[in-house]
Amino acid sequence: MEHPQSHQLDATFAALADSTRRAILARLASGEASVAELAEPFSMSQPAISKHLKVLERAGLISRGRDAQRRPRRLDAKPLAEANEWLERYRQFWEANFQRLDTLLAELQSKPAPRRHRPKKN
Amino acid sequence: MKNTGTLKVTTPSDREITLTRVFDAPRKLVYDAFTKPELLKRWFGPRGWSLVVCDIDLKVGGGFRFVMRGPDGKDMGMRGVYRELVPPDRSVHMESFDDFPGEAQVTAVFVEQSGKTTMTATVLYPSKEVRDAVIQSSMEHGAAESYDKLAELLNQTSSQEVA
Repeated sequence: MEHPQSHQLDATFAALADSTRRAILARLASGEASVAELAEPFSMSQPAISKHLKVLERAGLISRGRDAQRRPRRLDAKPLAEANEWLERYRQFWEANFQRLDTLLAELQSKPAPRRHRPKKN
Repeated sequence: MKNTGTLKVTTPSDREITLTRVFDAPRKLVYDAFTKPELLKRWFGPRGWSLVVCDIDLKVGGGFRFVMRGPDGKDMGMRGVYRELVPPDRSVHMESFDDFPGEAQVTAVFVEQSGKTTMTATVLYPSKEVRDAVIQSSMEHGAAESYDKLAELLNQTSSQEVA
């Protein structure tokens, strides 16, 4: 039942289940940043931000850049892309289904007496 | 074809999946489309599949049985029991697939605003493993298409504050 990506996906979704962490990722999408820079827009202490960064790091969503002084964090796109792809396929599966329902609903409403619809045998 | 909404899929917990979709129709009609066999037969099922069996005993404690037939003639069956029916507001039912272990609880809520209906369906699986297996299986049926850009995902997830 377990598929190979399962553990990675767990960590990714757990890490994304927090608005501060999502905001940190959104910030890092526009370029790497130090802990102090990341803490700035939030009313949070640097240790509190560091906790969030640890969760993101463990999930493989961010890593540390080369600059030894600033220790900038940067985004690692692969796990996010995998999580997105996983849900996106599921979404497409249902979306195709619901588009057929859109068509049916439009048909039902274009009929003169939409209050009662009789079973139609084809 | 009128395509009013795009489906939103979220995972509120590790046992759940929530589907949210707007339909350009009053909720009575949308509710009927989800609960009446003659309507379900006209839309329900993966692309290229048809609903060849659709028996519904629409009452609390009543059961349903669906069989979908694929383009290669393969059948996929599912069954369930209605737990709560408040037409056209909400419905709760249990469902399970013949080929999958585990029963899921599906809570559907229909909200109408200006003639449009927002359907929110929350599927609660018995375990994370079952949920993942179901998503995995739909991936195999779904068309392989390139995923959205990373920035789009980030915008979506960061604007999606927990209510």
